[in-house]
Amino acid sequence: MMRNLLTSLALLGFSAATFAADAVAQTEKQATNWHAIIMFCIFVALTMGITYWAASRTKSTSDFYTAGGGITGFQNGLAIAGDYMSAATLLGLTAMVYTQGYDGYIYMLCFFAGWPIILFLMAERLRNLGKFTFSDITAYRLDQGKVRTMAAISSLTVVCFYLIAQMVGAGQLIKLLFGLEYNVAIFAVGILMMVYVTFGGMVATTWVQIIKAVMLLSGGTLVMVLAMSQFGFSFTTLLEKATSVHKLGDKLMYPGSLLKDPVTAISLGLGLMFGTAGLPHILMRFFTVTDAKEARKSVLYASGFVAYFFNVIFLMGLAGILIVGQNPEFFEGGTIGGKLIGGGNMVAMHLAKAVGGNMLLGFLAAVAFATILAVVSGLALAGASAISHDIYARVIMKGQASEATEIRVSKIATICLGAVAIVLGILFEKQNIAFMVGLAFGVAAAANFPVLILSMYWRGLTTRGALLGGYGGLISAVLFVLFSKSVWVDVLGNAAPLFPYTQPALFAMPVAFLLAFIGSKTDSTARGKTDLEGFDDQWVRAQTGFGAASAANH
Amino acid sequence: MSTEMYQRMKANPKFQDLVARRSRFAWTLAFIVLAMFYGFVLVVAFNPTSLGQPIAEGSRWTVGVTAELLMFIFFWVLTAVYVKRANTEFDALNQEIIKEAWKDKK
Repeated sequence: MMRNLLTSLALLGFSAATFAADAVAQTEKQATNWHAIIMFCIFVALTMGITYWAASRTKSTSDFYTAGGGITGFQNGLAIAGDYMSAATLLGLTAMVYTQGYDGYIYMLCFFAGWPIILFLMAERLRNLGKFTFSDITAYRLDQGKVRTMAAISSLTVVCFYLIAQMVGAGQLIKLLFGLEYNVAIFAVGILMMVYVTFGGMVATTWVQIIKAVMLLSGGTLVMVLAMSQFGFSFTTLLEKATSVHKLGDKLMYPGSLLKDPVTAISLGLGLMFGTAGLPHILMRFFTVTDAKEARKSVLYASGFVAYFFNVIFLMGLAGILIVGQNPEFFEGGTIGGKLIGGGNMVAMHLAKAVGGNMLLGFLAAVAFATILAVVSGLALAGASAISHDIYARVIMKGQASEATEIRVSKIATICLGAVAIVLGILFEKQNIAFMVGLAFGVAAAANFPVLILSMYWRGLTTRGALLGGYGGLISAVLFVLFSKSVWVDVLGNAAPLFPYTQPALFAMPVAFLLAFIGSKTDSTARGKTDLEGFDDQWVRAQTGFGAASAANH
Repeated sequence: MSTEMYQRMKANPKFQDLVARRSRFAWTLAFIVLAMFYGFVLVVAFNPTSLGQPIAEGSRWTVGVTAELLMFIFFWVLTAVYVKRANTEFDALNQEIIKEAWKDKK
């Protein structure tokens, strides 16, 4: 029983593996929350309207995958923030600050620090080289069929693990916030996602993400301001009061147990930073803007929103210690310090209720649901594009597929992915899936990122090197997680883990880079020679953007 | 046709200049972020208690909170600095290179 909520929430977007063990709680179905349901229905009605409008503008493959490349930097920045910040950001991290204090803040910095790196080293090249998927870049001068198949497999692996985590988390969360049955919640999320993506493609997905980001930012800010007003807007007062009542006392502001050994700390930092730079649904967003200029602006806005919101969360968590943690109304049986009603992840929700009543609680619950929808839609679109654009159009049809059939295939792929997500969501309901997001980030960091960055920066990368590095990173990331405590012990029930660390990145990333290096250096095939010759043109295009996929007028 | 254009751009000294300047700038900024971030991670791993100290006698602000808040702000400022320079200076140079490559063609 005591397994799922915190874990699954954490999972909604985070590498929960490290705090899975101590942060698990099963959700209980709550009374139906009408405020939340009404506000959520308004959100669904609005986004359905947008989807209807978007459907009429989604005709070509470019419309479907990248909204015609006509999104502005500001819009895309909001959409990236909406794609990146999941319900776990709002609920999981608020709860983490509430219980662990400063540790939560460290985590947030890890999730943020990847963004400047993405800007400096990747953003403009992604836009200049890519068209619909990041495999367009890895396969640019390499063997199309083989490299795209590899990139599509690792993309789909990331998408599937991330989807399972999101779906299970969504089911638990909605059961808790809205008082709906788990299965009803899973079907609702799965079906809404299919409708957004199949009818509206990237245009609808982008707007769902933008609206959600605005709701999340404004809802969080409102709660934070109302909460801070109780402390005269003084951070010092807040800290003083929080440390005086918290059971950790002054230790609240010390790094605690989460990052206790150096290997885990560094591996986590690597995994989160480079995992972010290898997530297919995030990378895909860079192809929706007009040019490299707008791609850079996207990161500027996105990272600004993310950094701002993480600091809001930190204040919400600290304020929660006093406003929620000292109010018997929010504890089961009314005993302060006992079990929070609804489980540990309800801190943000209780805080909303305490400072803004049922209306604000309803709004924040609707925000959480909208958040899940926005993230799963982005994932589904990234997965569908790997199937239809990479595997169907480029590998199977060798570029001969018509746009109409390619779109049809991607719609079928979206529906299949939606169905898979619903089935897996139901199958995994009672499982401890703490490792899933860790695995998704691990695979993204070890399989997607190394090949992607090498293909852009290293002339010497050949098809053979890319395949070895990509598959090697994928397999090693999966095996490291499989043999770690979070799967080998917690899921499979063995006595001791075969691999002592929960974070794979520090080990799997070097494997990928090394294999790619050796595979390329020892490659004396004719194909390898062609691969090297293609680098010059690719390099000039990456730098200047000349010949890059241009925007449609929208 | 594209290959021809790419070769002409590559031969342009301005292209070499652009690549050198932009790469140096991007890698310098990336290095600053990586050094600060992993430096911070190492402090968390090896000397966590130092982060819990108050920044001044009697203050509730700890070294850790202050350092992190500054990093959030500083990293974002660096992104703004990069975007500013890349979108004006570098992009202008870039446009010149493309224009000159077209002109050579005619």
